[in-house]
Amino acid sequence: MQKQAIFQSKLLPYALVAPQLAIVLIFFYWPALQAVIQSFLLQDAFGLSTSFVWFDNYLELFRERAYFEAILRTFFFSFAIAVSSLSFALLLAVMADKPLRGSMLYRTLLIWPYAVAPPVVGVLWIFMLHPSLGVLSRYLRALGIDWNPLLDGDQAAALIILAAAWKQISYNFLFFLAGLQSIPRSVIEAAAIDGARPMRRFWTVIFPLLSPTIFFLLVVNIVYAFFDTFGIIDTMTRGGPGKSTETLVYKVYTDGLLGGNLGSSAAQSVILMIMVIVLTGIQFRFVERKVTY
Amino acid sequence: MVEEEGFRRYIAHIILWIGIAIVAFPVYLAFVASTQDNAVIANGQMSLLPGGHFFKTYYQTIFVGTSGSTREPVGHMMLNSLVMALLIAVGKIAISIISAYAIVYFRFPFRMSIFWLIFITLMLPVEVRIYPTYKIVADLHMLDSYAGLSLPLIASATATLLFRQFFMTVPDELLEASRIDGAGPFRFFWDTLLPLSRTNMAALFVILFILGWNQYLWPLLITTRDDMQTIQIGIRKMITTTDALTEWPIVMATAVLAMLPPVVVVVAMQKLFVRGLVETEK
Repeated sequence: MQKQAIFQSKLLPYALVAPQLAIVLIFFYWPALQAVIQSFLLQDAFGLSTSFVWFDNYLELFRERAYFEAILRTFFFSFAIAVSSLSFALLLAVMADKPLRGSMLYRTLLIWPYAVAPPVVGVLWIFMLHPSLGVLSRYLRALGIDWNPLLDGDQAAALIILAAAWKQISYNFLFFLAGLQSIPRSVIEAAAIDGARPMRRFWTVIFPLLSPTIFFLLVVNIVYAFFDTFGIIDTMTRGGPGKSTETLVYKVYTDGLLGGNLGSSAAQSVILMIMVIVLTGIQFRFVERKVTY
Repeated sequence: MVEEEGFRRYIAHIILWIGIAIVAFPVYLAFVASTQDNAVIANGQMSLLPGGHFFKTYYQTIFVGTSGSTREPVGHMMLNSLVMALLIAVGKIAISIISAYAIVYFRFPFRMSIFWLIFITLMLPVEVRIYPTYKIVADLHMLDSYAGLSLPLIASATATLLFRQFFMTVPDELLEASRIDGAGPFRFFWDTLLPLSRTNMAALFVILFILGWNQYLWPLLITTRDDMQTIQIGIRKMITTTDALTEWPIVMATAVLAMLPPVVVVVAMQKLFVRGLVETEK
């Protein structure tokens, strides 16, 4: 698609795109290229000489048990965060979609956590569930649970998943509500006239019509769990105890911070890049499909 | 019309209020903690009702800071966050709208290549190029500066895409009409296109402001000086989960202050916020 009415100028359009182009090249492509190049190089311990080692850094990485575990952990976190947040948000959206008094108020009261930054989410949740002073920890201990997420890796992971899912409820809720409101009332009424009870109406009519929204949100939530959980993890557990809450992004960050192996850190970045490309690709394919619906 | 029976409606109200309680409880707890005495909190004896230290805690937080970990007043951190968020939001909108203008209203060699170059940055979030980007910013001597905090984040594929799509829907007659009035590319942009884009810009601004205010990984990497840290970084330095010395009322007051501006923006400009969110995700 192109405009028919346009301006004629040789230099002006370049001047207009120049600022964005400069930033994109300097701060996006150049560093990304550096990461790719770096991932094929091996530097000696003193940083004096580098040699081209093909895929050695990658092979080394996949032999590393910690990296393999970080991949599995990241996928597990993404899955757990997406499923728990999506199902709770869908329940709330279905309720808020009913013709209730005060439905606008409900929407306002449910969407604001979108604005809470991940590191703050981490601080709120560790305070609430801190082993020695957390308000909720008392009740957990009263239930006989030996609650200490600062020492117990599984509990720390559960805490990260809960906190991350909590933050994402509002986003999912908003998109589910929009999705529900776009379903024509006549379809639901037709099902009701055919004698379908509300639960049956939901599973046979509403849920299938909502599937594009669900799929879209699934991808968005996975991307969120991959990248935006960094702030939550950093204020809550810093990847610990041990490495039990270290995700792929957190590992790139800590490995680079220790400054040890440049090649390995770069290889990790490149693998993450490939994962983003795949996820964004899936997202766009879906957008195209939505257009033709 | 599908009628809902009375008791189903009650259930809906109850579930929604439970949802609101779950969403609000951690924040309520933070506020309550910020009004109580640190010794009581550290003992695990915190009350679930607000205490009497509201003014004392918030005064100390905003103007003095913690007495241990970071001595930086949180008021100053908020100022840093505000400058960064505004630079990012305004910068992204400004450079995206002029790029989109060039791409839609001009024909020039490499037009579509440039569009794709901007578009593909969607797939290069800062997390996948952390250290090489850090190195470039360090080489440009932009560590610990507002330029370093904002410039590398200012490119925006989504904003460019959004403005491009919007410009495509602007009728050609408008350009022809203003050309008859003798307007050149600058006049047309300033007098016709910008006023038409106002709602789009506002919706985008709301989303980008929140995005900018909530930046974490990037400021964490490039700020080392206390007087350059943003509120999100400050709060991280205050909290030492394993250490009994954490000054919890101040940490919680900082958390409340960190949430306040973006939450107010979402609630006060809800229509624009929803519009911006839905449009940037398309």
